[in-house]
Amino acid sequence: MKYLDEYRDADITHALAARIRARATKPWVLMEICGGQTHTLMRYGLPDLLPPEIELVHGPGCPVCVAPLEFVDRAIEIASRPGVIFVSYGDMLRVPGSRQDLFRVRAAGGDVRIAYSPLEAVKLAQEYPTRQVVFFGIGFETTAPANAMAVWHAKRLGLTNFSMLVSHVLVPPAVRLLLGSPANRVQGFIAPGHVCTVMAHREYEALSAEFHVPIVVGGFEPVDLLEAIAMLVDQLEDGRAQLENQYSRSVTRDGNVAAQKLMEEVFEITDRKWRGIGMIPASGHRLREEYAAYDAERIFGAQEIHVEEPAECISALVLQGLKKPVDCTAFGTRCTPEQPLGAPMVSSEGACAAYYAYRRHTASEAAQ
Amino acid sequence: MCLAIPGKVVEATDLGFTRIAKVQFGGVTRQVSLDFVPETQIGDYVLVHVGFAISRLSPEEAERTYELLRQIQEADEIAPEEPL
Amino acid sequence: MNAFVCPAPIAVQDTVLLGHGSGGKLSAALLQQIFLPAFHNPLLSRLEDQAVLDVERGRLAFTTDSFVVKPLFFPGGDIGSLAVHGTVNDLAMGGAQPLALSAAFILEEGFSLADLRRVVDSMARAAENVGVPIVTGDTKVVERGCGDGVFINTTGLGVVAAGVDLSAANARPGDCVILSGSLGDHGITILTRRQGLELEGAIESDSAPLHTLVAAILAAAGDVRVMRDPTRGGLASTLNEIAVQSHAGIAIRETALPIHDGVRGACEVLGLDPLYVANEGKLVAIVPAASAEAVLAAMRRHPLGAEAAIIGEVVGRHPGLVTMHTPFGTTRIVDMLAGDQLPRIC
Repeated sequence: MKYLDEYRDADITHALAARIRARATKPWVLMEICGGQTHTLMRYGLPDLLPPEIELVHGPGCPVCVAPLEFVDRAIEIASRPGVIFVSYGDMLRVPGSRQDLFRVRAAGGDVRIAYSPLEAVKLAQEYPTRQVVFFGIGFETTAPANAMAVWHAKRLGLTNFSMLVSHVLVPPAVRLLLGSPANRVQGFIAPGHVCTVMAHREYEALSAEFHVPIVVGGFEPVDLLEAIAMLVDQLEDGRAQLENQYSRSVTRDGNVAAQKLMEEVFEITDRKWRGIGMIPASGHRLREEYAAYDAERIFGAQEIHVEEPAECISALVLQGLKKPVDCTAFGTRCTPEQPLGAPMVSSEGACAAYYAYRRHTASEAAQ
Repeated sequence: MCLAIPGKVVEATDLGFTRIAKVQFGGVTRQVSLDFVPETQIGDYVLVHVGFAISRLSPEEAERTYELLRQIQEADEIAPEEPL
Repeated sequence: MNAFVCPAPIAVQDTVLLGHGSGGKLSAALLQQIFLPAFHNPLLSRLEDQAVLDVERGRLAFTTDSFVVKPLFFPGGDIGSLAVHGTVNDLAMGGAQPLALSAAFILEEGFSLADLRRVVDSMARAAENVGVPIVTGDTKVVERGCGDGVFINTTGLGVVAAGVDLSAANARPGDCVILSGSLGDHGITILTRRQGLELEGAIESDSAPLHTLVAAILAAAGDVRVMRDPTRGGLASTLNEIAVQSHAGIAIRETALPIHDGVRGACEVLGLDPLYVANEGKLVAIVPAASAEAVLAAMRRHPLGAEAAIIGEVVGRHPGLVTMHTPFGTTRIVDMLAGDQLPRIC
């Protein structure tokens, strides 16, 4: 597959690893922000190709993991109502709420369906005019435009039975929080290539300048990630702190202007509580007043939702890169993909799930 | 996050309020919305996320940066390091 | 004045009625019009409550499986042929040649009789192709809304030749792991036919009976350890089961796995790992290293094994775990799945 296979070339990947080994003279702590990047790293065992000087920590770029618990509980509550068809991306179905998850709601008789695209939910609303179709709009800035388009189409069609539970989160405010934390150990960042495809890299340029930290916008294949790491190591060894774009085949100066315009039209920025992390100002989206008729939060009432996280879950620390999944006392024992205590163990690209699925043999070897 | 896969635009249809394309990914094709990349032509490669094209891949940029990678690989072959 | 009209059911219907499952005239009509003509064999025609079979002395293999696949009809097969192949394959994995099958149907009221006929005819063709008779069966009907069109259960009897000892607990360090062909064809075909995931492409189910491939393998080597067909949960689940039951590790190589382009493209787009996608016409054979070449050659000579490949070996390290050598020279775990693999956007 063109534009995919070339970036999985083993020889180039090894050459990049050799270059990193040659250049790294000091220990460096790097973070890849995006969960999709974490998934690639774990799936191909890429950290094993890096010299011991390079420590990779995994960031909060898993929208499934950070979707606010209040919204997961609200989604479960809405999906349990008769007459509702609740539509969600597959990723969210096993995410634990305070008491259960969407899969269990389906087992109990709720009409919960998986969609690959938000437009399928709009089609369902047209197909079932007497049912309330509610779409669970999670994601980062990569997914927000598609979710916006679904709402836009619903309004154009004059649908009265479609709404969206909007719980997008935005990446730069989370990176700002990490960088501003006194506990931060991360010295270089791989910025999320698909978020930047939509939003351009302006915000990361500003962060790089403000905090004097190198940031490289990276893609999602092994060659992309190794190249981004090589670029970061070059900067760190040289003492530079700039924004560089490794993923230039997709990320441009201005990003995707059409997508940005539509997001601006449909959404406004709001404060959001990130699961496991807490409130981050101006870090999420909600629907504008003009689209109130499509806002599931307004339609289904803002009842008090009492949320509770299991005490043992340290996802807050994992998501900020302060602890590794294997540092958690419940990892692999009380918390597994079958019985997750927190969201990072559920999402296939959550750090905990990735560690468990791909690398727990090294964790147990290290322990021995 | 953000699983987006590159595919080749093999057909495109303008429906007035929206533009739909048939995009080929290896051995399969799928309907994709081109609403966010209106300048796309047949034969272009686009990056697709949840049924929407979010960017047109730049063959020039890809060529240029891949050339650099090839050079790194050649340098490594000439002076290889100890195997892992 | 109109003549009094008897409210007996009219003879011609086009959908399943509750009465078809009640054992009376309607049931008999279904049997005579659909099942018997399709499955015709002397044992079934007797219409006893049971089929009595003459068997040689030895070991009987006995297996059952139920089929609930949606959609019912898909490129490469349908629920009917799947129901025959699946049970024949479960017998074959124990080295058994199929002797007889039963077929039980749970029909939903309102299900199209034309579709039922299509399913049953397909089953009949599949069974004929294998050379195994469907000797007994049952039909029940559930109310509209309480079923999903049709569910089928097939149970199979087979004969295991003397000296054949296949078990998931038999794998030993040093053994070779051989896969009979491409991964993921069936699962991706089904997934892409479901609403919302329309993907066009030359993908079709690999549903097929493996008993003659198994016979060829057993003829090529007398010391085959394990044979399993990687159905639900895919190759990963099957290898994990073997690793656990054999208390051994299994190490496979990613570059050795045969995967067709259509399946690959679909998996990329949907974010699925082909290792976890169902197959319905493939098997994994674990054989001592000395027999591997002979078995591989025998498989490749067979139409269903043309793409057979050695994909890895059984190892003494990490017992109970399956690992995969990546194209980058690194190693990662191939885990058991928690539940179904779902398409993802992240």
